[in-house]
Amino acid sequence: MIKVEGLTKRYARHVAVKNISFEVGKGEIVGFLGKNGAGKTTTMRVLTCFLPPTEGKASVAGFDVIEQSLEVKKRIGYLPETPPLYPEMDVTTYLTFVARLKGIPSAEIPKRVDEVCGRCAIASVKDTIIGKLSKGYRQRVGLAQAIIHNPPVLILDEPTSGLDPEQQREARQLIASLSGDHTIILSTHILSEVEHSCSKVIIINNGEIIASDSVANLHSRRGTAETMRLGVTGGNPQEIRKRIEQVAGVASVISLDGMAAREGLASFEVHGLADREVGPDLARAVVTAGWNLHELRIVGESLEEIFIELTKSERVQTGTAGTEIAAASEDKPEEVKE
Amino acid sequence: MRNIFTICGKELKSYFSSPVAYLLMALFGLIFGFFFYSATAYFVMAGMRAQMGGQEQPMSVNEFVIGPLLGNASVVGLFLMPLISMRLFAEEKRSGTIELLMTSPISDWEIILGKWLGAMSMYLCIIAVSAINVGLLFIWGHPDPRPILTGYLGLILQGGTILALGTFISTTTKNQIIAGAATFSVCLLLWVLSWVSSYNEAPWAQAIAYCSILTHFEPFSRGIIDSKDVIFYLSAIFFGLFLTSRSLDTLRWRA
Repeated sequence: MIKVEGLTKRYARHVAVKNISFEVGKGEIVGFLGKNGAGKTTTMRVLTCFLPPTEGKASVAGFDVIEQSLEVKKRIGYLPETPPLYPEMDVTTYLTFVARLKGIPSAEIPKRVDEVCGRCAIASVKDTIIGKLSKGYRQRVGLAQAIIHNPPVLILDEPTSGLDPEQQREARQLIASLSGDHTIILSTHILSEVEHSCSKVIIINNGEIIASDSVANLHSRRGTAETMRLGVTGGNPQEIRKRIEQVAGVASVISLDGMAAREGLASFEVHGLADREVGPDLARAVVTAGWNLHELRIVGESLEEIFIELTKSERVQTGTAGTEIAAASEDKPEEVKE
Repeated sequence: MRNIFTICGKELKSYFSSPVAYLLMALFGLIFGFFFYSATAYFVMAGMRAQMGGQEQPMSVNEFVIGPLLGNASVVGLFLMPLISMRLFAEEKRSGTIELLMTSPISDWEIILGKWLGAMSMYLCIIAVSAINVGLLFIWGHPDPRPILTGYLGLILQGGTILALGTFISTTTKNQIIAGAATFSVCLLLWVLSWVSSYNEAPWAQAIAYCSILTHFEPFSRGIIDSKDVIFYLSAIFFGLFLTSRSLDTLRWRA
């Protein structure tokens, strides 16, 4: 449905997107993940024909974004980072205006407006001036605007930014309810969002794609070598460290002195060897030595850790990401917690 | 075509949903009303004096009242039009709604023409206020309607020119004040360009004076439709809108 090949976007002073390629199939929900300024918005703007690419090609539903931009524009719904709203209009007037812009026949417009108002839960504010709406409602009006012409492709730039957790959940549900008929690309820097609603993740950093895979695959890739957070009380930190370094399957141990949450607690980050489960052995070693096991958990399970580690390392090729992640996580473990 | 009207309607509505439209109409009504009062008062006084002096020939309302009045209206227009055109694109760029327009299945020309026509409609509403005063002349006098119509045609063409240039200037910035101030300066400059010919007879001076917007307006207020003037205005309008389309295009490349 969406195909991007060797896309580069250069601004006057810097390169926003460097030679990226990806494909999105029909009905997929793809999460575009990256820090602010990573190139997410630029990529989306190219796909929506707002910006032409400097190099490379992009096509939506088989239509080129430069050559056949009108055809592309008919097939996409786009919610920019700041919803494109006219504060002086009321919601119905605004949606009617957008519906006309998108080429919906006049006779169908009231029906479509009612439909999206119901779908985005904004029917109660239909006659309110947009300037008076709360941020949450504005975002929903923005979303209603994007889906009003029932486009096969939806491009949503940070659809949940600025919403409270309850609204975020609702927005995610709404997006999930749109999947199936629509191919959706959404960008975000909230990782849980991707885990909840996306089938595929594209992680982008400094204008380059550093990982592109399904959520499940990214997890399993990370899981080959375990990293444990271990907290022990009632012992001398040096002794504890010496003891746990001897546990079978432990590759390296790093003391996290700065992280001690309370007096007498010694914290460590323990890296296991690949494909070894070191948790039970660690626990046994601590308890048999007479210390108290305060904390023992696997870190780096969430997408968040994968993301931070991936974006921290300079350049990790998609295929070899697994090994590079381990290397990257060793240089500054304190930052992992950020 | 439908898209042009959609944009045009939206623009006109947004003028009227803020105080801008009413304020501009009221200000224009006030200033034009004052000019009208001065012109008619002077006409009445001069007319009485002429009668007492035994002059038989009646004075022409068209020549003494309407001609100067429409000339004044065109100058007032120079000051008001930057206020109409400054927001056209600057506001959309600032609020980000330009992304909605430019990612919708409509062409740049449809956006531009829609916006320009919206501004034109606003301008027409403003100069329509002057019809109240001119109407009074028809109630108590017998002016020739033809020079009045050509005068209004001149006002419309001149307005179109300035609004086209203003539309272009509005695409170059996110800041409405800058757009307004720049448009105002350009208007002022185009007005005073005609002064060059008053102290210099050289061909280049004539050429510069030819570019003045006001020199092309004068014949209209005297009831003359000269194709030279009409072509000047129409080509200036096209030039302004053409620059707008180029500017909008570079917006995509610069962003």
